[in-house]
Amino acid sequence: MYNIQKFYQAADAADAIRALQEDPEAIIISGGSDVLIKIREGKFAGCALVSIHGIKELEGVSMEADGTIVIGPATTFSHVTNHAIVQEHIPMLGNAVDQAGGPQLRNIGTIGGNVCNGATSADSASSLFALNAVLVLTGPDGIREVPIQEFYTGPGRTVRDHAEVLTAIKIRKEDYADFGGHYIKYGKRNAMEIATMGCACMAKLSADKQQVEEMRLAYGVAAPTPIRCTAVEAKAKGMKIGKELYELVGAGALEEVNPRTSWRASREFRLQLVEELAKRALKQAIAYAGGEADA
Amino acid sequence: MLRIIKMTVNNKEVELAVDDRESLLDTLRNRLGLTSVKKGCEVGECGACTVLVDGEAIDSCIYLAMWAEGRHILTVEGLKGPNGELSQIQQAFVEEAAVQCGFCTPGLIMTAVEIVGTGKRYNREELRKMISGHLCRCTGYENILNAMERIVEEVYSVTSLN
Repeated sequence: MYNIQKFYQAADAADAIRALQEDPEAIIISGGSDVLIKIREGKFAGCALVSIHGIKELEGVSMEADGTIVIGPATTFSHVTNHAIVQEHIPMLGNAVDQAGGPQLRNIGTIGGNVCNGATSADSASSLFALNAVLVLTGPDGIREVPIQEFYTGPGRTVRDHAEVLTAIKIRKEDYADFGGHYIKYGKRNAMEIATMGCACMAKLSADKQQVEEMRLAYGVAAPTPIRCTAVEAKAKGMKIGKELYELVGAGALEEVNPRTSWRASREFRLQLVEELAKRALKQAIAYAGGEADA
Repeated sequence: MLRIIKMTVNNKEVELAVDDRESLLDTLRNRLGLTSVKKGCEVGECGACTVLVDGEAIDSCIYLAMWAEGRHILTVEGLKGPNGELSQIQQAFVEEAAVQCGFCTPGLIMTAVEIVGTGKRYNREELRKMISGHLCRCTGYENILNAMERIVEEVYSVTSLN
């Protein structure tokens, strides 16, 4: 038996918002793979839950007329990975969430829960940062759209107000079209592991595939929140593909991160990962964008 | 608080009172007597409690019973034939000696049901990833993979003939 004081199953998002307003202490639960563990550990023991599990309007992936991809936050990791729209347009994200936990967890854990937990190690986070994802928050006062770069405020903390529900994750066409992207998770095991470091890189190339027109570099676990390395992104713009570019990106990334020492890994080791994963992810992103990465 | 839920368990409709704090694992074991569903780590890491919910393998220890409302649950008890025969998947586990202490076996069998349900052929490396949500503390993974490979091949060759 879980140590839960109150349980409320919401019928839809509006019902969940109302229930959250009524109980200022209530915790929102979606897939449950993080919240139930925290109850078991005692951190959330005796909590009141508002469940948004199984609310159909929050599930699924679709594309709007202008090419914007809309991901329902209650879509499970495995459904994100296996969705045709994700596979065709944003395979980096599908690949990223396919590395969270294990197969059974990916059948219950949701992409929205992964984001709303506010963990820097979330497997979806660095890819969503690179994709400039926009989070749609619905609350008592209406709907607001928050760029994911402004969503995280610290470890486990986000700008989501208590009674707000994440109702959609949007990715605009200009943020995925013509880009190659790759996510690398570094962990000690291949499964059931929390990332020691996550790195997502996207590259858009010139027509002759010789130069980088635009590069995006994002990390999880390189700082208290997921981050983008905007300074090195600006420097990489227009550069010719080759060793000089990789060295610049690897070294530049080091200037923008601030990893910590934890029981999983030391700051020094994480800094090595930051540099090396940037190079590897960039090369793969270039290859996916149709370029010759080792040219 | 006790609440009434309706669900389909092993192809039979059941209606029962469950506590809104209990996991599906507790409901299946304690209220329905389905003890093939093992209680292992209780934090979704070992896979011993794996069951299928609407055809997808989940850890029933981190799934609230309340969420099973209206859903189809399948456990190893639901696999047996009309005269108590083993399913093809269970037979493969027996023949490949993929069972040692047996604690992880029911969970692995349910994952195998999910895998063969896709009708796709998977190589050993893919299967390795697909069973990575299960821990076998006897470390009998090689024989488990042999059984998985065998059953995937058997089912694939039959479905591809059709």
